[in-house]
Amino acid sequence: MDKQEKKNMIKVRPGRLARREARMGYVFITPWLLGVLAFLLMPLAESFYYMWFNIRITPLGMKFTPVGTGNFTQIWLENPEFPQQLVTYVWQTIVEVPVIVVFALLIAIMLNQKIKFRAFFRLVFFLPVIIVSGPVMNMLVSEGAATIPSMNVQSVVAAFDRILPSSLASEIGEMFSNMIMILWYSGVQILIFLSALQKVDPALYEAAKIDGGGGWECFWKITLPTIKPMVLLNAVYTVIFLSSNEQNELITMIKNAMFSGTKEKGYGYASAMAWMYALVISLITLLFFLLLGSRKDAYDRAVIKAKRAAKKEKRIQRSIERRSARRARAIKRRIEQKKYREYANHD
Amino acid sequence: MMSKKEMKRKAKEAKAEMKRRNDAEYDGLSFKEKLKKRFSKEKVHRFLFGSKEKDGFLKMFAIYALLICIGFVYIYPLLYMVSTSFMNRDDLLDSSVKWLPSSFYLQNYIDAAKSMDFWVSLGKGFLIAGLPTICNIFICMFVGYGFARYDFRFKKFFMVILIFSYILPRQVTMIPTYVLYNNMKILGTIWSFVLPALFGNGLNAPIFILIFYQFFRQIPKVLIEAAALDGAGHFKTFYRIAVPSAIPAIITVLLFSFVWYWNESYLTELYVQGLSGKSIWTNLVVQLKNFDTSFTSKTATGDTATSLSESVRMAATTLSILPLLLIYFVLQRHFVESIDRSGITGE
Repeated sequence: MDKQEKKNMIKVRPGRLARREARMGYVFITPWLLGVLAFLLMPLAESFYYMWFNIRITPLGMKFTPVGTGNFTQIWLENPEFPQQLVTYVWQTIVEVPVIVVFALLIAIMLNQKIKFRAFFRLVFFLPVIIVSGPVMNMLVSEGAATIPSMNVQSVVAAFDRILPSSLASEIGEMFSNMIMILWYSGVQILIFLSALQKVDPALYEAAKIDGGGGWECFWKITLPTIKPMVLLNAVYTVIFLSSNEQNELITMIKNAMFSGTKEKGYGYASAMAWMYALVISLITLLFFLLLGSRKDAYDRAVIKAKRAAKKEKRIQRSIERRSARRARAIKRRIEQKKYREYANHD
Repeated sequence: MMSKKEMKRKAKEAKAEMKRRNDAEYDGLSFKEKLKKRFSKEKVHRFLFGSKEKDGFLKMFAIYALLICIGFVYIYPLLYMVSTSFMNRDDLLDSSVKWLPSSFYLQNYIDAAKSMDFWVSLGKGFLIAGLPTICNIFICMFVGYGFARYDFRFKKFFMVILIFSYILPRQVTMIPTYVLYNNMKILGTIWSFVLPALFGNGLNAPIFILIFYQFFRQIPKVLIEAAALDGAGHFKTFYRIAVPSAIPAIITVLLFSFVWYWNESYLTELYVQGLSGKSIWTNLVVQLKNFDTSFTSKTATGDTATSLSESVRMAATTLSILPLLLIYFVLQRHFVESIDRSGITGE
């Protein structure tokens, strides 16, 4: 849209009635807004404030001693378990999320076929959603119910150790030894994929079949692009799930630091830990956004390119016009000056 | 008009005719030739690899095999848990007893239930999960309707905050919130769960708001305009038109909210129990988390017949899952179909 068009377009302001109606929207979201203020933004600001202090609980209330970045240096230099766990956690998430998402997609595709006992299989695969709570998982893992005894993990780890850095390899080994847990974490994801798959237009597959496309091709060119937003959604869901899952030792560490009676730890120290943790999670989420976010397809790209070219052309044209106008003015002026001079001379 | 019976008879006749004709084709052929004709190359190929219309045997076989195998892996921990929980001490030590215990030994369950204070914890657990869930349903529906129906300023901004509040780990706001509840004197009571839920900031509330948002966007605007023409105000439109049509979404939110609150032990311990040890509130999952210590103390006072063993712990785990499992088997259809119908994957 160039300037001329913009000028010609009349901007329609919503009428008074529409504006009054829109104001009702605020009434509806007011409870949530208040909640966000009280339970999200204020605590957020406070914990940001806390992390620069050493906080001690006295009978008279909390006593703040400013320590600057002391909490952070302490976490990084004196109590190294937290940073170590953080690194482990990052690797773990990066390894586990793709596995969970791909696995969920596989199961969803299989459940989406025309099979018998579909309801039964769905029942089985959705069952973990209601069971996966921290303590139950801890119990099952500690009693060895989470591993398949006949699976030989050692050889797998050894094989990966040769080709990958050791931290990554150990995470993969960990993943294999807790395979059932990984599978159990994919209940909701399967459901989301399943309902997305059912919404793919069957006419697309029919058209592809007429054009001679096989099942494999259909999957890559129809199914996957259609459900791509769901892949991102599931990846983010999995990251968040893993982060707030009680199997995760980091959150227990933060809680323990919060209530440890020692002099240097406490609310401020725990806040600093929590902020670091939040930063790491946001970075991981961002990573998946960048990897899986909706890239524009070829058509969109072509349109944008054409628009840009048209704009450039217009700009060049305008500059040419301006230049010629300027020249015309200059010539005119020169002629006038000449005339004036002639007139003066004449005089 | 042909009656149903007549139609059935006709179909039968046609079938018999077909068979006769088929048999006629085979008339006068030797057995070998018959066999050859019946199992021709194309037919076998079609049977194994499928045709355009029908999937082949091999593919279906692979799908069933995979589903059954993975399904078994899914249920394996549960089977292990249940079978172990019925074993007595001798069975545990006897290596010949693997899956089926030698006798139906219930003492584990009795002891575990006693140690967990089963009935009390169950009732309190229902309250802890149920009350916030009800608040969640009403408030999230209200807010979701506001987001879906009205176009107010800063709507996009608020939506971003909504998603942000989901991605942000709870640990960041946990400490100031704890202090806040402490100052409000609601720490260690169920209010510390109900209050945030009342203001739309309960556990996973952003997801529920988004579910309702998606759902209400699908309601045709004409319907709402018609209600307005008939003289319904904003709130009346909400509870006379939006709420009754949102029943699938309500069921989804009800089930998920209940399950997530039920399985939450980290925050329950922190807020509802208050970590002071004086609170009367507890639920089964928290009891399971502290099972080892509480059981040992019970054993010390001679309240239990068995000592802490694998099977007692598994019995406790079974007990803590059991209520949800029963609910799941009763309502499984709603669980599995809920996400389809509520359009969680609309965008």
